[in-house]
Amino acid sequence: MPLLQKILVRLGSSVLMLVAVSIVAFIIISLPPGDFADSYAANKISSGETVTLAEIEAIRRQFGLDKPLYLQYFKWIGGMVYGDFGYSWGYSRPVTEVIGERLPMTILIATGTLLFTYITAIPLGIYSALRQYSVADYTFTILGYIGLATPNFLLALLLMFGATTWFGVSVGGLFSLEYQDAAWSMGRVWDLLSHIWVPIIVLGTAGTAFQLRIMRATLLEELNKMYVTAARATGLSEFRMILKYPVRLALNPIVSTLGWELTTVISGAPIIGLVLSLPDTGPMFINALRSQDMFLAGAMMLIYCILVMIGSFISDILLMIVDPRVRMGAST
Amino acid sequence: MSQTSPTPNQPNMVAANKVKSIRRLDLATSRQLMWYKFKRHKLAMIGTGIIFVFLLLSIFPEFISTTKPQLRDPAYSSGPPTGIHIFDEEWQIHWPFIYGHKMKRHPVTLRKLVVLDTDTRVPIEFFVRGEAYKFLGFIPADLHLFGTLGTQIHLFGTDKLGRDIFSRTIYATRVSMSIGIIGVMAAFFIGLAIGGLAGLKGGWVDNVIMRLIEFIRSIPSLPLWLGLAASLPREWSATTVYVVVTLILAALGWTTLARRVRSKLLTLQNEDFIQAARLAGCSNYRLVTKHMLPSFMSYLIVDLTVAFPYILLAETSLSFLGLGMREPMVSWGVLLFSAQNVTALAHTPWLLIPGGFILVIVIAFNFFGDGMRDAADPYTK
Repeated sequence: MPLLQKILVRLGSSVLMLVAVSIVAFIIISLPPGDFADSYAANKISSGETVTLAEIEAIRRQFGLDKPLYLQYFKWIGGMVYGDFGYSWGYSRPVTEVIGERLPMTILIATGTLLFTYITAIPLGIYSALRQYSVADYTFTILGYIGLATPNFLLALLLMFGATTWFGVSVGGLFSLEYQDAAWSMGRVWDLLSHIWVPIIVLGTAGTAFQLRIMRATLLEELNKMYVTAARATGLSEFRMILKYPVRLALNPIVSTLGWELTTVISGAPIIGLVLSLPDTGPMFINALRSQDMFLAGAMMLIYCILVMIGSFISDILLMIVDPRVRMGAST
Repeated sequence: MSQTSPTPNQPNMVAANKVKSIRRLDLATSRQLMWYKFKRHKLAMIGTGIIFVFLLLSIFPEFISTTKPQLRDPAYSSGPPTGIHIFDEEWQIHWPFIYGHKMKRHPVTLRKLVVLDTDTRVPIEFFVRGEAYKFLGFIPADLHLFGTLGTQIHLFGTDKLGRDIFSRTIYATRVSMSIGIIGVMAAFFIGLAIGGLAGLKGGWVDNVIMRLIEFIRSIPSLPLWLGLAASLPREWSATTVYVVVTLILAALGWTTLARRVRSKLLTLQNEDFIQAARLAGCSNYRLVTKHMLPSFMSYLIVDLTVAFPYILLAETSLSFLGLGMREPMVSWGVLLFSAQNVTALAHTPWLLIPGGFILVIVIAFNFFGDGMRDAADPYTK
């Protein structure tokens, strides 16, 4: 019962948070001077057509831009409830469509990155802690420093440069030419898998380095405690003892940073998407910002926040499952 | 007191030295203790050295660079790094020199190519007179650390327009480092003020501030930075953009610091020495500035050194996307902006060299921060 209650409270605060985020996103959309009607007119004029003032006024009325800001906000957020995110003049299509066809790739890359981070960081962290000051431990430490210090986009550039000059292959995109617009098939899935590792490694390196350090530090701390000696005295094999007791406790900080880790991945994804020219939301988001296609940019900003919120929600629930102390309501 | 015998023999000397060294540690102020501890951290010392070099670069870019960042050398556009040679083609040893060069067209693609002319050697000279500049902004000067007479030296090559990457990188060091430093400073004051308010007032003020901090920390930072930076008017001058971008970075970077200040203030409330000071009639202002702040200043400095690379990387990312600094103000991110596509990378890979600078300074700051963290609490072993 307290578990369900906790989840409900958590859900409630997430909804409040969402409202706050939507207000911030809306303020950012409204910040640039001029509105949608102005940019529409500028767009028309630059393509050689003439626009009259009356036409601009008509557009302004049509989209409710002559109303006060708070009314515009309610119109924007109200439309969203029905899945209407506004209109993107950059793509000349509804925002929902533009985002809808790219979002699955972003989610796939983010999930893949998180999986990669934890699957590599946890075993390597355990190994480093058990073999402290070994050659492997030092190697991981140095790699960790470099991994944390390299900006993601620089890593992507270096990977691209290395792949083209030394191996003669291009690592951009998610599909080869022949599968670009093909229907889903085994071949296309395989093609996707042979491309997706590049963004996953680029996005996951910093996180892996960070989690590895946390895992190593907490496990080292746990290994010196009495209960480890007690567990060893029961005659368990060393391997099972380590996995069953200290590792389980050392996993706590790892699990509790999952939400935060997702935030960094989502933060880094747009740049990587642009550099590697991925068909995900990244390049679209940045182009929307550059051309001040603000409905598209605002909706995307909101979706990034929602993804992060879902992530931290899942990480909180996971923490309750892993750690009975959190579940019972004790503060850790 | 000292128990050494009046006749100094070998074992007693050792004992005396031991007493002396213990005394030195006992008498040292906490600042000296921190320095002793910091000095023991080898990597932190290396980091400090590197940071010092970068600071020098950003104070004297005009003197260290060979030319101005916007100056073009059309005869050497997209030219590779000239390198510094000691041996010529016949393995004869010379004073360090560079080769002259000629511009040719590729016979098939007609792309411009730079061809080395191994017959002419241009010696490198130190303290040469070159482009005039204002030393420290007001003293007219034209002396450069090194350079060549005649054919220009391009240590890191040139870009498409023939601008010298080495000089641009050195000038960019000033912009990037100053954004980091000013951003961190601004974040420091914002964090101190807001965290202090939350810690001292408590109650609903504390509650509101803590919710605000949680809110800022839980939204993905880069999309937010990008959104804010993209909403800056296009017609603003490079300097205005510089100031505003720095402020944006600081406005989102103060949260860690504010949290630290708040939690320290709350725990210190119950310490004996604070109670004593309060009973002695200390004013609130004096209590905070004279008694509380000095006791956790070192932790704040650690947080600042950790925050610096974040702000630097954020600025680099913004500029790399074309949403941050703009020409003629160059930062490392602006320089990497031209290295964005595969063709540019394949033909002119030296455009990536400024990226090495970013890597080195961020690693240096990580080392420095590790040493500071160890030294922050000098009373634990």
